[in-house]
Parts: sequence; C-alpha cells; structure tokens
Amino acid sequence: MGRRLVLALLLLLAPAAAAAQDSDAGRVPLPTIVKGKGEACVADTAYMRRYHMTELDHQRDETMHRGVRTRKFSLKECVDCHATLAPTGGYVSVNAPGQFCRSCHDYAAVTIDCFQCHAARPGEKETKRAGAFPRTAGKFRQESEVQ
Amino acid sequence: MTGRTPQQGFDPQRRRFLSAAAAAAGVTLAPGVTLYGVTAAGSAAARAPEDPVTSSVRWGLLVDVNKCRDGCNACVTACVEENGLRGNGRPETDAQWIRKVELRDPSTGAKRSLPLMCQHCASPPCVDVCPTGASFRRADGIVLVDKHICIGCRYCMLACPYKARSFIHEVVEDQKPYAPRGKGTVESCTFCVHRVDEGRTPACVEACAEAGGDAMTFGDLNDPNSRISKQVAAYVTDQIRPDLGLDPGVRYRNL
Ligand code: SF4
Ligand code: SF4
Repeated sequence: MGRRLVLALLLLLAPAAAAAQDSDAGRVPLPTIVKGKGEACVADTAYMRRYHMTELDHQRDETMHRGVRTRKFSLKECVDCHATLAPTGGYVSVNAPGQFCRSCHDYAAVTIDCFQCHAARPGEKETKRAGAFPRTAGKFRQESEVQ
Repeated sequence: MTGRTPQQGFDPQRRRFLSAAAAAAGVTLAPGVTLYGVTAAGSAAARAPEDPVTSSVRWGLLVDVNKCRDGCNACVTACVEENGLRGNGRPETDAQWIRKVELRDPSTGAKRSLPLMCQHCASPPCVDVCPTGASFRRADGIVLVDKHICIGCRYCMLACPYKARSFIHEVVEDQKPYAPRGKGTVESCTFCVHRVDEGRTPACVEACAEAGGDAMTFGDLNDPNSRISKQVAAYVTDQIRPDLGLDPGVRYRNL
C-alpha cells in the first residue's frame, strides 16, 4: 500500500523535476566542443576528459627532465589537432573563448595556466614571423676585460 | 611520475680526464691539422623519441675566437628568431640568451669578440642554489629551467658567474611551440634542446656557418670521433674562468 503511494507521488513530481532540469541547462550552457582534425583522439573521450591533465603532467616531466619526445600526450600535439582556422587566416588560440580548451574549462570553472608559457596555436613553420628583431644588432655591450 | 631532478652529480673522474686532455693538447698540435671536417655535425647516434637522454653523451660547444668576426651578430639574431625572444624594447630587462662580448687587453690593445651564453656547466651553481629544483642539469649535460616549478626567485641569476640568465618581467605572447616562455620565470640558453633532440645543431651554430664564420662546433664531448672531441684533443682550448671549477661545456679556442 505504502509503496504504491510513493510511486504515485513520484509520477506526480516527475514533470516538475524535468522542468527544473531544463531551466538549469539554460542557465549554464553546455560547452561547445570544437571537433579536432583527426579521426579520433589519442585515447577515448571519457578517459581524456578525466585524465588529460594527469597524462600531460606526466609527459611534461618526461620531456623536460628525461628528454623523452613521444607525441601521444604532448600538449603541442593537442594544440596542433584542436586549434581551428580563423576565417581571416591563421589559427585561433585554443585558449580563446569558445575554443576547444577554453569552452570546457569555462564550463567547469577551472583556470588554464598552460598558455601563460605554452603556445596556444600551432607553429607557423611556413611564415617567417614579422616583427622579430635582433635586440643587440649593431651595438654590442662593451665589456673591457683582460683575458 | 618521475623524480623532478635527475641531476648529474659532479664527476671528479671526468674532470681529471678533461684536464689531462687539455694538458696533452699542446703536444699533439702538429698532426692535428687534418682533423677539420672529419665528421659532419658531430651529433651522437640518433635517439628514439621514447628513449631518455643518458650521460653517455655530453653536449659541448667549441668557439674558435679567431674566426668570430667583430661586428658579426648572426648567432644572436638566430637565437632571437629561433626561440621567439622578442623583447619589449627595454634592453635592461629583455631576455638575452646569447650576447656578443668584446674583450680588450689594455696593455696591448688586442681585441677579441666572442659569443657568450650559458656555459652548460658540469657542476652548475645555478642548480646548487635553486630552492625548488627548477634549475637542473639533464643527463646529457644540458642545463635547463623547468618553468613549471620555477618560482622566479632569481637566486640562480645571482649564482651564475657568466650572467647567462634572464628573468621574464612581462607577459609573453606568441611563443614558439617548442620554446615555452612566460612571465615570472627565469630562462637561459637551452643549447636549442628541441633541435638537439631531433639530431640537429643549435640555431647559433647553424647561423654562424651560414654567415661564413664557421666559428662554432657543436657535438658530443664524450664521443672521441666527434668533430668537437677531435678539435679539443688537437688544440689548446680554454674554458672561461676555469678557476671556478665548474667545468663548462662551452670551450673557446684562440682566446
Ligand atoms: S653558465 Fe650559469 S646558467 Fe649556465 S649552467 Fe653555468 S651557472 Fe648555470
Ligand atoms: S628563479 Fe627559478 S630556476 Fe632560478 S633559482 Fe629561483 S626557482 Fe630556481
């Protein structure tokens, strides 16, 4: 008897709960996942979602300290694959609003520190960078020393 | 996760070997003339990407000061371009990984012009003083800063006798993908570690050869058949401030 009552109550409440969920989804929009270039990521999505930072941390120590240069979990490879082309030419930073890294991190409210140092766009092998200047060209620091 | 700092300890055995080699160099000078151009780049056997570096290699650089032209800045320009060291027009604080130094002997007026960069010391004081383990020496002798760990205290800058390090004061943008750099950390010459790991020579060495100077030889000091090993065996070469006992990987000839 009691069980039937609970079921009836649940059935009554169900539409209300669904409505509440809908409005939640509206309040915090889901991230837009920009599709990468290749067929599939280096590991399946569920794994990458949960463990990408563990893998990147591990890889960074391996590369930095031991000179291991495997590409599977290299941040450079992530950027190469996930950066999108801008309509005006060149690549958009993966750290720009709405782009691959940023959209998820904004949703999860987690700051990305990687791109304070790391390039957030693929390398431009083909284009010589304009504006690079030889800082000391033509005038050496004068040092008088006896050798 | 690996240990943060697999540092190479100071190796007195190797030090003795090196000083013995330097002492013997004067005697073997005569037949040494044919040694130029025996091996190409002097790079060690190619390493697979998954293999870690080992201490069987010690990267070194030899600068022939006689060939380094006064007024030539090709190495500095190449370094700036390669590593994306675009400054903010403030020479006092902009990063500088390699610089040209002019030396003059006041008693004779003799002048020398030479490039100076991180000397990749075998017993680096920058590593000794670093409180976090960010400054470290890779097994193959390349001294680096792990900017993930560096707190920007600049202790290493004070400890380095060669003024080789720079602190990054301002936000850096558009870094090269292979050369991450950022505000609040210290950096210095990496021997172009990203190129070395691919079996190439540092950008300065390549630029010097292209500019017709050919003053720089990069290679494995542990490989007796490398061009650099043959040269340091055949000619008298100097380390700068050898009295400090740091055993720099950069040596100078005709200083
Ligand atoms: S030259 Fe300076 S920065 Fe380079 S290894 Fe030696 S002490 Fe460290
Ligand atoms: S500035 Fe960074 S690398 Fe230099 S001593 Fe401090 S923590 Fe170490």
